[in-house]
Amino acid sequence: MKPFLALESRLAPIPANNIDTDQIIPARFLKTTSKEGLDKQLFFDWRYEADGSEKADFILNTPRGKGVEILLAGDNFGCGSSREHAPWALTQFGFRAVISTSFADIFKGNALKNSLLPIVVPEDVHAKLFALPEDAVVKVDLLTQTLHLPDGTAVEFPVDPFSKACLLNGVDELGWILKQDAAISAYEAARFSTLDTLSVSV
Amino acid sequence: MSGNLRTLSQKVWDNHVVHEEQGAPTLLYIDLHLVHEVTSPQAFSGLRERGLKVRRPDLTVATTDHSIPTTDRSLPILDPIAAKQVAQLEANCKEFGIPCYGMHSNNQGIVHVIGPELGFTQPGMTVVCGDSHTATHGAFGALAFGIGTSEVENVLATQCLLQRPSKTFNVRVEGSLKAGVSAKDIILALIAEIGIGGGTGTVMEYTGSAIRALDMEARMTVCNMSIEGGARAGLIAPDDTTFSYLHGRPFAPKGAAWDEAVARWSQLPTDNGATFDREVYIDADKLEPMITYGTNPGMGIPITGVLPDPSSIGNTMERESVEKALHYMGLEAGKPILGRPVNVVFIGSCTNSRISDLRSAAAVLKGRKVNPNTRVMVVPGSQEVKRQAIAEGLPDIFRAAGCDWREPGCSMCIAMNGDQLQPGEYSVSTSNRNFEGRQGKGGRTFLASPMTAAASAVTGVVTDVRTLL
Repeated sequence: MKPFLALESRLAPIPANNIDTDQIIPARFLKTTSKEGLDKQLFFDWRYEADGSEKADFILNTPRGKGVEILLAGDNFGCGSSREHAPWALTQFGFRAVISTSFADIFKGNALKNSLLPIVVPEDVHAKLFALPEDAVVKVDLLTQTLHLPDGTAVEFPVDPFSKACLLNGVDELGWILKQDAAISAYEAARFSTLDTLSVSV
Repeated sequence: MSGNLRTLSQKVWDNHVVHEEQGAPTLLYIDLHLVHEVTSPQAFSGLRERGLKVRRPDLTVATTDHSIPTTDRSLPILDPIAAKQVAQLEANCKEFGIPCYGMHSNNQGIVHVIGPELGFTQPGMTVVCGDSHTATHGAFGALAFGIGTSEVENVLATQCLLQRPSKTFNVRVEGSLKAGVSAKDIILALIAEIGIGGGTGTVMEYTGSAIRALDMEARMTVCNMSIEGGARAGLIAPDDTTFSYLHGRPFAPKGAAWDEAVARWSQLPTDNGATFDREVYIDADKLEPMITYGTNPGMGIPITGVLPDPSSIGNTMERESVEKALHYMGLEAGKPILGRPVNVVFIGSCTNSRISDLRSAAAVLKGRKVNPNTRVMVVPGSQEVKRQAIAEGLPDIFRAAGCDWREPGCSMCIAMNGDQLQPGEYSVSTSNRNFEGRQGKGGRTFLASPMTAAASAVTGVVTDVRTLL
């Protein structure tokens, strides 16, 4: 995982609640066996007409949607399917953070494992962000968990401390879990004789 | 939590704690890892890159369901990308020693249908799968939740996951369901009540007399859609209904081990007096058949109801969501949903493709004909469901009515395999998601029960099954 470094960016707003992962990347693109090449498929059905041409009014097709690293979206972003293709597509497009009032649990977990920072802000801040001018730049400081608005307002946001350490250091969970091998083996040994949940075999 | 009194999900959690450390999430042991072709290939690649093995292939089970055709299985898969994905799952399972019920297996089926059916899913287990509908297995009193591909890799490598505990949410459903009303209507009513994000951060436990009265397949339907209310998982306490279902299944414990297991499972139900972080109450006596009208599963109404009027919604983004949904669906505020023409009826998916679902649809379709303007697909959840249906003569009933009886898989629930709506078409679907394009780009989905789907197939319009009983 790439370390999460300083982030300053304009915002790409999509003012809709409950943006589900089927919108972020439609299921028909999930037949791939790779993680790569998903940037073109991000928000595909909102982004392209049936003939493949761009829908001119969709935010990512406008000048505002170019070179932008922060997505601003409505409540409950990333609901629905558990597909990690959603954060893969978002990060490959260039997004490094999504700001919303809330995130679906599985999406949030998947995002954090891909250096994509889900930033939860209160409703008043959320409304203020949507009201910002197009060229407004906000700054994300993960170390202090602070979002800096152009008017100087600093807004703290929550991040799980473990995920934060992983993001800052660019390490993933698996390395940490692998180091717990002794504890895992001890757990298996203690349970093996008492629980048949371990008896599955073919 | 009051004193040492614990809920069902807390007990399952406590039994699976491997390691706890300040500043880190809990390391939780996973008893059963279900794998399918769509969310696993990148995880297997990750293992190879790191030179890791699968720690417990004996606790891992794979099948193909999402990408495979539901047509004649003796033919090759025509879509080369899907064919590669399916072949890769089988190759990965072979390489890493994981049992795989592949496309030609006698036990192939939707992952959330075969887990319970074969007895893999048992009370008190932790169950994960790279699929959000893993909550299905909670019907057995298992803590079961969907994970992403990074977590699939973690579980393959270590049989563990890092997790923070969720809040507990008691969904109490009391009373008895009326004729024409089913488990699907309970869960659609709940999600309409709390909203699609209403259960975020929680694990639901479904309690009350109406839940206790459900058979296991109906309980699976309820738990399956916990995720559509935003919950991480949804559980039902194991009881005699659970034990009778499991007894004799191929992978259920046998002999003395069975008795020990039942004794252990009997300790799992929530302690009397244990408290939940949150509660909601549903009166089963008052439930009507439910149907969704919009583009998320929370946009549901009783089938006799009228479409909501966005102008009555105060919150701007919420109002715009409903406006956008009605526009996408081609529906008009304030109008009834009954009588809306239906192009396609889909009976299947991990929500409603089990034998009891097929029986309830067949009961409505028996001796009737599908409306000539409506195409009906019936897709059993597994080869075992298919065999049972054949033994009961259900395919004959479906075919005589004019339905298309197909091979098991996810099919038009996720429309990855070519089973899909055309742009603008309407379906009444027994699946779990009505998101824009979910059943095919531009397709419009009404989610409902198998009975409602069958009734609408007969008339060609959205129909209250109670008028046909």
